[in-house]
Amino acid sequence: MATSKGTAASASTTEKSSSLQTEILLYLSTNNELNTWSYAKERGLDHQLVVGTIRSIESLGDVIKSEQHTSRSIGLTDEAKGLLRDGSYEYNIFQAIPADKGIEQPQLMKLPNANIGFAKAMSKGWLQVDKSSKPPMVKRKVDTVQDEVQHLLQRIHSLELTDSSAEEVVELKKRKLVEDVTINYFTVTKSAGFSTNISKPETDLTAEMLQSGSWKTANFKPKNFHAKGLLPSYGCLHPLLKVRTEYRQIFLEMGFTEMPTNNFVENSFWNFDALFTPQKHPARDVQDTFFLSDPAVTTKFPEEYLQKVKQVHATGAFGSIGYQYDWQLDETQKNVLRTHTTAVSTRMLYQLAQEKTFRPAKYFSIDKVFRNENLDSTHLAEFNQIEGLIADYNLTLGDLIGVLYQFFRKLGMTKLRFKPAYNPYTEPSMEIFSYHEGLQRWIEVGNSGMFRPEMLLPMGFSEDVSVIAWGLSLERPTMILYGINNIRDLVGPEVDLKMCRRNPICRVIPAKSEE
Amino acid sequence: MPTIGVKRSLLFQQLGRTYTDEEFDQLCFDYGLELDKVEPIPDSTDVEYKVEIPANRYDILCLEGLSRALNIFLQKTELPKFTLSNQKPIRMKILANTQRIRPFVVGAVLRNVTFTPDSYNSFIKLQDKLHQNLCRNRTLVAIGTHDLDTIQPPFIYDAREPKQIKFRSLNQQTEMQADEMLEFYAKDTHLRRYVSIIQDSDVYPVIYDSNNVVLSLPPIINGDHSKMSVQTKNVFVECTAVDLHKANTVLNTMLTMFAQYCCKPFEIEPVEVEQADGKVIVYPNLAERSESVSVKKINQRIGINIDAQTAAILLNRMSLRATVLDTDTLRVEIPVTRTDILHFCDIAEDCAVAYGFNNIVKTVPKTSCIGNQFELNRVSDLIRHSAAEAGFTEALTFTLCSCSDVAEKFGKTIENIPAVHIANPKTQEFQIGRTTLLPGLLKTIFKNQDTQPIQLFEVSDIILKDATQETGSRNERHLCALFYNRTPGFEIIHGLLDRIMTLVKIPYNESQSGNEGYYLNNQYEDSAFFPGSYAQVIVKGQNVGVIGVLHPNVIEQFGLKAPCSALEINIEPFV
Repeated sequence: MATSKGTAASASTTEKSSSLQTEILLYLSTNNELNTWSYAKERGLDHQLVVGTIRSIESLGDVIKSEQHTSRSIGLTDEAKGLLRDGSYEYNIFQAIPADKGIEQPQLMKLPNANIGFAKAMSKGWLQVDKSSKPPMVKRKVDTVQDEVQHLLQRIHSLELTDSSAEEVVELKKRKLVEDVTINYFTVTKSAGFSTNISKPETDLTAEMLQSGSWKTANFKPKNFHAKGLLPSYGCLHPLLKVRTEYRQIFLEMGFTEMPTNNFVENSFWNFDALFTPQKHPARDVQDTFFLSDPAVTTKFPEEYLQKVKQVHATGAFGSIGYQYDWQLDETQKNVLRTHTTAVSTRMLYQLAQEKTFRPAKYFSIDKVFRNENLDSTHLAEFNQIEGLIADYNLTLGDLIGVLYQFFRKLGMTKLRFKPAYNPYTEPSMEIFSYHEGLQRWIEVGNSGMFRPEMLLPMGFSEDVSVIAWGLSLERPTMILYGINNIRDLVGPEVDLKMCRRNPICRVIPAKSEE
Repeated sequence: MPTIGVKRSLLFQQLGRTYTDEEFDQLCFDYGLELDKVEPIPDSTDVEYKVEIPANRYDILCLEGLSRALNIFLQKTELPKFTLSNQKPIRMKILANTQRIRPFVVGAVLRNVTFTPDSYNSFIKLQDKLHQNLCRNRTLVAIGTHDLDTIQPPFIYDAREPKQIKFRSLNQQTEMQADEMLEFYAKDTHLRRYVSIIQDSDVYPVIYDSNNVVLSLPPIINGDHSKMSVQTKNVFVECTAVDLHKANTVLNTMLTMFAQYCCKPFEIEPVEVEQADGKVIVYPNLAERSESVSVKKINQRIGINIDAQTAAILLNRMSLRATVLDTDTLRVEIPVTRTDILHFCDIAEDCAVAYGFNNIVKTVPKTSCIGNQFELNRVSDLIRHSAAEAGFTEALTFTLCSCSDVAEKFGKTIENIPAVHIANPKTQEFQIGRTTLLPGLLKTIFKNQDTQPIQLFEVSDIILKDATQETGSRNERHLCALFYNRTPGFEIIHGLLDRIMTLVKIPYNESQSGNEGYYLNNQYEDSAFFPGSYAQVIVKGQNVGVIGVLHPNVIEQFGLKAPCSALEINIEPFV
């Protein structure tokens, strides 16, 4: 039952407030201005109730406007409110004395606050005391008196008297009947949307309103467009892999086929030897490459191909003088974590060369590679390599340059330049630089080249087949794209998931195509 | 890529003009070098250029080689002709013992050299550069240079027991026995890395003169007796090696760079080396290799159209000696300095460099192909999107981890886990390839615990040992997802599995047996999971993974504070 009682109480308050709303609006329709303080006093209303009602009218929209004021005034103490109601103590003393015969003093002093009243009445010259009789008798000295104190209090209460420095007020202050007070009140005026006929808006549309049709007459509170909304619960993809998707898409648009790169463990033969990387090359040092202790070696190789690779390294073949060293089988057997995805490209090219008739091919991959490097803010032991290659008859270095322009144009880069470089398995080899408008300088964006005949001919390709290829890291351009300085903020367990969840759509915008 | 430091003033003096740093940077770029840094030299107005050199160009690893190559490139000078003097060669004899440890030695003499402090410094620095690069930290080749006037040929190259070798090594006051000497140099910051090359051998290589003076204990240290200085006039260069081809390259590089300071520039005095079998070989071998090159083939490879005359000029600018034989044929003499020229394609590249890579007209290959995705990657991407759509955040963790990350932390022993092991990790973090995605995701939660719940997933490869594979190992693509909150929320992870199965069109198998659909098999326990909260995920009768609430011990091992439920499955069956 408590609930229904509470509801009833609140309904009654609402009704009261609602009727006050109407009264205030009616008042304003005939008056230019409403002073909340005087309005409340005049009607014997609680000032706070009036202010609250004004506030609730304001919340309905542009109906009224109010301006706050502060006033120093005087007000009645609680004691004075009793006097206002019942009369001053001295007046009450005077009235208690029968007009003709007077009253015994002890009898008189039984009245409330008789001491103050008696003293005041005496000093005003209203009384005389006959001390000859026992007990002493108190008699009226004048016929009638005016209760000036009550009258003053009445004037203060009705705001006729507000001057706290007036002589009579100072006297009342001494008697602690009047005190200084600060009043916050409002002056209220009509606003553009003023109407005496208002109703409280509904907060939101409901299914019930749609069904009943009540939405047609209801008022709705406007939505708050100055605050943020509530985020939906959502999942998201990793920022680096969103960039990977873009690169992957570019290759697919350019007609490249994705290579199966899901073999992190590779042997030195496919990772190095088949790529004409000599066995004493620094890249094959334990300082640079992760070797495996278990499974430590691979023993199965295409034997004929292996012999050709050995020959081209050790003594030279296919028009090459080779590196002229003692090529070791056990070195080629060593398993490693692949140091580049070019190991997979090599396997793919070998397979291509085994086909009966040559068919041109365009391959790409984006996947992890591993380096036993010293780690710093831009180097991890594993990173993603992006790689593309084209195998066809009589491809030229000019073709490679042309494809690189096409590829980097899709990444929004149009100013490229190429620097001669060295790489064991490509010749010519070119480092690719792009002018970065934001950084205002040339930055290296990748490596490229034409695979060496020492790599292709042992596979069985004919001499007029060329393979052009290029590669870059996924992490480096992503760090530049997102302005990330420490790679650990992007990759690995130290990543900030909040950053990932705020990360926008990744849209690599291509440059306009050339005329 | 090796980087060399050269004083700018000396370089510009050699080049016959000055450059701004930007101009020199551009020149380097065109040649395939890189002006890496410009460093001030203390107490001097001069600066040092740090120039990055391609790893196969040993002929430009010093100021002399760099300025010579650039002057030839700029057509200010021509490639010098290196000659042998007619002087009767001094002799060096190899004794049989050396064949057990370091079988080769080659040598030559630079006569009447005039060093300056700068050129002497360059001479020392080139030896260091060669030792680091081509000589593979002296393992393959070690260079010794000596003041020939202090020693008496013929020389003997022997290998003796350490206790039989005693001499005063470079800059030392007292003689030491070779075994003590290696102990001594094992503590030397610079030389200790070479000690292991010979330390365990029963004999150490050593070179003596005819008065039994020790020239060097290769590859560790020279004797003090034959020590060189800026005043040295006649230089004996010896290179001991396990790789004769590289020894020749190193010797030739030292000689061709510094013979320019000889009284007769570029004339070198040979040395006869009597081999262990008595055969005598004269070093250095300065014979140039000759190749006949088709200009048409150059044009074809590079995509340019130049005539034979132009091609010859371009190649000469790259320190190759090219002459026109006919309209399509050049004879290219490859000097001993250009050991990087192995094949026609190297000659074609040099032609392209001199032509200017950035002058080549770009073309688009006619190759037409249809693009295809790798199906496993396509399926992975679809599942990644589905997991994200289900409200999970994607993580990207490391493939390499420690043994305990997959074993001890899950209450298992590494011996029972088919992980591939790394032989040479630099840190404990990289002992093995991960066999599960769980540790990476749990570490990611550890670093991101401030807001909960966390719903995390990853689709990546793990590595497993597999004897049926060529390399004895294979990748397997997994989906792993975690829910981390004040309660385990197993139903959420379970729901994700159901959702994924719906998406890959695998129906729920209510009979919990047979080879159809999927179901959860809770008949076993796993130390990684809370008892009674673990099941195998069975798809078409095959166990493809695990689902459950992680064991509190696992939570503790990864430094976490709240419960976590997990799913990890192999997604390859869905391809």
